[in-house]
Amino acid sequence: MTAQVITVTSGKGGVGKTTAVANLATAIAMDGKKVVCIDGDIGLRNLDVILGLENRIVYDIVDVIEGRCKLKQAMIRDKHYPDLYLIPAAQTRDKNAVSPSDMIRLCNDLRGEVDFVVIDSPAGIERGFRNAIAAADRVLVVTNPEVSAVRDADRVVGILEAEEKGSPSLILNRLNPILVRNNDMLSAEDVLDLLGIHLIGVVPEDENVIIGSNRGAPVVTDVKSRAGQAFRNIAKRIQGQDVPFMELEQQGGLWGAIQRLTGRK
Amino acid sequence: MGFFSRKRSATSAKERLQLVLVHDRTDLTPAQLESLKNDLIKAISNYIDIDPDAVRIELEREGREQRLVADIPLRAVTRQ
Repeated sequence: MTAQVITVTSGKGGVGKTTAVANLATAIAMDGKKVVCIDGDIGLRNLDVILGLENRIVYDIVDVIEGRCKLKQAMIRDKHYPDLYLIPAAQTRDKNAVSPSDMIRLCNDLRGEVDFVVIDSPAGIERGFRNAIAAADRVLVVTNPEVSAVRDADRVVGILEAEEKGSPSLILNRLNPILVRNNDMLSAEDVLDLLGIHLIGVVPEDENVIIGSNRGAPVVTDVKSRAGQAFRNIAKRIQGQDVPFMELEQQGGLWGAIQRLTGRK
Repeated sequence: MGFFSRKRSATSAKERLQLVLVHDRTDLTPAQLESLKNDLIKAISNYIDIDPDAVRIELEREGREQRLVADIPLRAVTRQ
């Protein structure tokens, strides 16, 4: 096995990075691949609670880096999916406890063990973000269709290009199709035109995401959820499959046709 | 304001972001751009007669590429 290392980042906080990591890692594991996700937000760990693994933590990423435990001891196996693991962040340390070269070393050790490594970056563009992108083979930028989130995403895309990390792919999260239809929310087309990067998926706003995080069960495990379906599709695209975009993402239907005819789009 | 006359908010969002992103990416403020324009007018006026009020300098973007576009109309010169 030679794992692909994927980093999820955003610039702005609260746009759904951790949710995206938990859901994509779970969905990839549901497809039978071995996945380890890493919480890169030292001091503000959250991926453990989103995955429902908060009671199982013994060692964390800083313990591995400082040699207090073996890598495998810090890999917490998921309750439901035996191919899914979490390496939690340290809660009582700060982001300077880890360096970009530590992350590269850690990911190289994992490359032979799993199919995918998914790293949850902290918000911002400082040390924690630099750590999170250091080992990435591919970067996914999460944003919401809001001015502040898109602006910050653009900064991050600029930094990734300057660092020669290649052009990242975009996850547009929490899109409300009704607001878009009323032209009171930026559409996927608008955001893509502004950011000028490749789109890997659009996730509709869905209350099941909150219900899932309340329970510690990512929404991809809910077969009926629209957001769950969107994340499952993105997980398949990450694995190289060509999955068509969901209907809401195309602004199709009668209304879309009328808008196109009347030139409102 | 009536339903049809109101500019919907997504349109404002996009227009505002287009401007903000161009300046973020180039690290050039609107004030600096104005000062660049004035310097340019001064330099060009040393060689050729132009109408300073008609000069337009804009940052344009295409995907992730940025370019500085200048439109500098020349004043009609009547040759004797």
